[in-house]
Amino acid sequence: MLTIENLHASVDGNAILKGLNLRLEAGQVHAIMGPNGAGKSTLSYVLSGREGYEVTDGTILLDTPDGAVDLLDMEIEERAAAGVFLAFQYPVAIPGVSNLHFLRTALNSIRKARGEDELSGAQFMKLARAKARTVELPKELLKRAVNDGFSGGEKKRNEIFQMAVLEPRLAILDETDSGLDIDALRIVSEGVNALRGPERSMLVITHYQRLLDHIVPDVVHVLVDGRIVKTGDKTLALELEAKGYDEIRQAAAI
Amino acid sequence: MATATQEIDEVLKRRYDAGFVTDIEQEYAPPGLNEDIVRFISAKKNEPEWLLEWRLKSFRHWLRMKEPRWANIDYPDIDYQAYSYYAAPKSDADRPKSLDEVDPKLLETYEKLGIPVHEREVLAGVAVDMVFDSVSVHTSYKERLAEAGVLFMSISEAVEEHPELVKKYLGTVVPYSDNYFATLNSAVFSDGSFVYIPKGVRCPMELSTYFRINAEMTGQFERTLIVADEGSFVSYLEGCTAPQRDENQLHAAVVELVALPGAEIKYSTVQNWYPGDENGKGGIYNFVTKRGVCKQRAKISWTQVETGSAITWKYPSCVLEGDDSIGEFYSVALTNNAQQADTGTKMVHVGKRTRSTIVSKGISAGRGVQTYRGGVSIAKNAAGARNYTVCDSLLIGSECGAHTVPYVDVANPSAQLEHEATTSRIGEDQLFYCQQRGLSEEDAVSLIVNGFAKEVLQELPMEFAVEAQKLLGVSLEGAVG
Repeated sequence: MLTIENLHASVDGNAILKGLNLRLEAGQVHAIMGPNGAGKSTLSYVLSGREGYEVTDGTILLDTPDGAVDLLDMEIEERAAAGVFLAFQYPVAIPGVSNLHFLRTALNSIRKARGEDELSGAQFMKLARAKARTVELPKELLKRAVNDGFSGGEKKRNEIFQMAVLEPRLAILDETDSGLDIDALRIVSEGVNALRGPERSMLVITHYQRLLDHIVPDVVHVLVDGRIVKTGDKTLALELEAKGYDEIRQAAAI
Repeated sequence: MATATQEIDEVLKRRYDAGFVTDIEQEYAPPGLNEDIVRFISAKKNEPEWLLEWRLKSFRHWLRMKEPRWANIDYPDIDYQAYSYYAAPKSDADRPKSLDEVDPKLLETYEKLGIPVHEREVLAGVAVDMVFDSVSVHTSYKERLAEAGVLFMSISEAVEEHPELVKKYLGTVVPYSDNYFATLNSAVFSDGSFVYIPKGVRCPMELSTYFRINAEMTGQFERTLIVADEGSFVSYLEGCTAPQRDENQLHAAVVELVALPGAEIKYSTVQNWYPGDENGKGGIYNFVTKRGVCKQRAKISWTQVETGSAITWKYPSCVLEGDDSIGEFYSVALTNNAQQADTGTKMVHVGKRTRSTIVSKGISAGRGVQTYRGGVSIAKNAAGARNYTVCDSLLIGSECGAHTVPYVDVANPSAQLEHEATTSRIGEDQLFYCQQRGLSEEDAVSLIVNGFAKEVLQELPMEFAVEAQKLLGVSLEGAVG
């Protein structure tokens, strides 16, 4: 689904990603763990195409029904239409714009870009209500302005709700567990798990192992200083939790 | 005596001969402004003597006035003698015969605004017989209004058909001596709308200048007078979202609203005059005086969406004269490129327990400069008066400016005033968030801006609101990035 080769990226002239390689198969969930400053969030922004994140080398190929495309050749919204979704660590508020209106505009933009018919208001409402149930999003949040005055937990739940409606091929979850209490973590994780499927790949970026108790990954990568230094199964996360990053750093001789 | 009269006549005649004014068939007045021009305009319109006198009084007063320069707008000196003050409506022969002859850029904008094809012809000034494609729409609205006793016509027609009403109310809200631009308008106003709603009548439909857009080219010096008699209601729409071009750079309109006891007037405007090129060159100067007076328990609500003009100078106001009367002002003003706007409102509380609400949303992009200027005054006898003001500015880019200048003058200790103001910027994070969800950058800007302006847009009548939303998006194209 996703093949990243020799990815180098910098921010304000500082190299952050330094030759990152990663291969994510369709239907798989990979976790990326790493210390602060390792380049985790940078990776999520480079994948989604945010301004200010300059790619200096490498390729990022995404499989689509029309064949593989290089994300680096595409605009932010084109990547979204190709199926890239980023669940934000800090979701942004848009005052005065209702959550439903925002999401319908988003969904129809994507459908239009794909040459599909836009959904009518009624069709969209039906879809949105059904998806809201699956992620246990309170109905009143649908009508409120996008993330405006939402609690931390509501914001994260709203991200997962959007993901459920937009049905991405590649979902990147950037520190989705940050700021969540145990109950919210459970609800969000259940929402994510409900969205796992053979046609959807997920990249779960996190500091902590606890999220991976709920969203169990197929593969765990350790990102240190802009490179994947170790890859393993879910037990690697436990090992990290026990030993910390230092040991891995030393083992990788950085 | 006879000789003296003859002499005077001769002198007058000579002057007329020397000029152009005796030629009543002439379609254009030459550039320049003097008493003869004022007489010429009045004569072209077959006006009664009292109206000519009023115009002349205004003109003489205007000569003694100075152009106000206190607003935060910068424009070269206006040479009032360089303009022509009268042009007859264009004949069908001068108009484009079909849309094929119209500037394709203009058509592109109509497309973006989602204006139906048959209306595009009208807006582009194509020679069509009826405003709409069928005669029936036109006649049925006239019939419905007539049944209700509502008068809705051009002010020139009203002068001929209902002189007593025009004479009774013209200049009562905005006196001829009010301000430089209003006084100029009083001297040379070309045309405009007149509305009278009889006692207790709820006007059966929204009145729109749109219905009359083809009937005349209102142009430069529009004059509107709306009188809502006791207990009546009317919603009036002015302008349209389609870009309006005009050969006349200087515009000075006057709108007077009279809400008699218990009446309500809702006045909505979408202004999209040509803003000029990126540097504002060729754009329209819009100096407007709009004011309404509310008698007891009456209500006036101004809603405006201002996106056009190179220069905007405009403060729709309410004089809350009667006890328990209500004034409202909802405004979205957008300045892009080199546009400048100094706009706001005045709420003058005279009666007891009068209430006013001001919601102003300013959007600046490009090198646009915008100033909110609002005045709230509470007179000595206005016990229990209340005002609530919200004044928000949204900045796009780093070269634009937003200023807020609220004036407050309170002479009664029981008054309550609230003022809230915010300034925000469309952030890269908001744009990125929207784009990550699949929106183009332009759609994202439009969405964010419409969210910002929502409180005002929702005051507009439904159809107008939808067009206005699109207009905000179209006006900001290219503002980011």
